[in-house]
Amino acid sequence: MSGDSPPRFVLASPESEFYWRSGADGRLRIQRCGDCGRWIHPPGPACPFCHSRRIGPEPVAGTGTVATYTVNHKEWIPGFTPPYVFAFVELDEDPTVRIGTNIVGCKIDEVEIGMRVEVLFEESGEWHVPLFRPTGAREH
Amino acid sequence: MGEPLERRAVISGAAQSDVGRRLYRTGIDLTVEAALRAVADAGLTTADIDGVSTYPGFGGSFGGAMGAELHEALRLSLNWRSSGVETAGPLGAVHNAILAVATGVARHVLVFRTVVEGSGGPLRPGSGSGGGGGMSGSAGPFQFMIPYGAASAACWVACYARRHMHDYGTTRTQLGAIAVNGRANAAANPKAIYTEPMTIDDYLAVRMVSEPLCLYDCDVPCDGSTAVVVSHRDYAPDAPAGAVGVNAIGTAIRGRPSWDQFDDLTSMMMRHTAASMWERTELSVDDVDTAQLYDGFSWLTLAWIEAMGFCGKGESGAFVEGGTNIGPDGAVPLNTSGGQLSAGRLHGFGHLHEAVMQLRGTANIVVDNCEVVAVGAGGGPETGSLLLTKGPS
Ligand SMILES: [Zn+2]
Repeated sequence: MSGDSPPRFVLASPESEFYWRSGADGRLRIQRCGDCGRWIHPPGPACPFCHSRRIGPEPVAGTGTVATYTVNHKEWIPGFTPPYVFAFVELDEDPTVRIGTNIVGCKIDEVEIGMRVEVLFEESGEWHVPLFRPTGAREH
Repeated sequence: MGEPLERRAVISGAAQSDVGRRLYRTGIDLTVEAALRAVADAGLTTADIDGVSTYPGFGGSFGGAMGAELHEALRLSLNWRSSGVETAGPLGAVHNAILAVATGVARHVLVFRTVVEGSGGPLRPGSGSGGGGGMSGSAGPFQFMIPYGAASAACWVACYARRHMHDYGTTRTQLGAIAVNGRANAAANPKAIYTEPMTIDDYLAVRMVSEPLCLYDCDVPCDGSTAVVVSHRDYAPDAPAGAVGVNAIGTAIRGRPSWDQFDDLTSMMMRHTAASMWERTELSVDDVDTAQLYDGFSWLTLAWIEAMGFCGKGESGAFVEGGTNIGPDGAVPLNTSGGQLSAGRLHGFGHLHEAVMQLRGTANIVVDNCEVVAVGAGGGPETGSLLLTKGPS
């Protein structure tokens, strides 16, 4: 994706608000259980594994692997100028934490399954939208 | 287990309204047309109908009509009515009707699915071409995809298709066999939207939508209504067009109910749906004479083929390549009325209607000696299936 940022229609819930604000300090945060230690995504009202209510956002490294992706050739939302990559990234802390995102900072045809990526944030109003780029890539 | 309760039910009637693009008719108008035809087909009158079931009903996507609208339009007197979107996909409306009949709450249930998508009008993100689900307009699960321009099921299904290709070597030429097969079969269906011949080269040359899905991997929006009557099997001998038996329903939702968080990126919920169906029957996949498997996107059909067990996991590409296995004379004739890719997005109910026609021997392309049909509809976490038989099971 190049040029102007596309419209980021963030519709946060009380449980997910931290996720969309987390990048303000440059860190990605994922909800984690304070009792069993499992990572929880999307965030919810209780730990789905042990049902503990002691849950909260915790910083992660922000690195992961592209599990799969698509190159969109249709402007599914006005302002998303094709071609653009939508991908699922699995985080290093727990690959079952699967994050939908755009891959930026590289050529479209360089994106592949298994690619190592790191988080960056795009400011959009009050939100910091997590995007990913190849590990070690220049600023996009 | 004892005899599965669903075997107390049969499909005694089935019909469609006119189907097309730009019909400029309301959902309830199309619904009444299909409903009256289905009731007549079942040899009944509206006075016999004591139940109504639909998907999605109030607040659902793809236009349509509410159960209450049909109830009012035909001045029905009901013992039971149900609608909802939180079912095992669109066929959930049929499952609900079957269970209502099996438990004696109702005797003749009118089931319908109506779509009004082919008449233009403003398209919301997630509706229209390649839609399905989409923008929820609230802070639901789609909040993690909408900010990235992934507003259509096409984007999500494309991600699964890509991973399937990566892990199993599935090719676009193989995927294209679903679209080419559908188009060839649609030529015999007078209600189909697209009937011009299509070759695999045509498929490979058309523009991409969300890679690896091209335009011909995405179904075509249309206007139309499909209705069936689910009756108690006691009525079967009196059904003038022949009653189709319900052998097993597939309803399981065993993994995470999510488009994006399902554990396996090379299958979807239909894996559990089909497994639960086979757990309820002594029949096996080898008994199936034709399969009517959802093709809202062509890759979903590959996922259904594997889920049903027509081939092993990851083998669907090779299974369908060239079209021989899935053609009308093949091992498993597939989507014999053209499916949604060519005949129009009737949201699984076109597949259901075709299954009934095959078991009656009245389909446009007849599968000889057809006694068992597997029907699967839906994608992502919203999938349901039916195993139907010629006569009561
Ligand atoms: Zn826990």
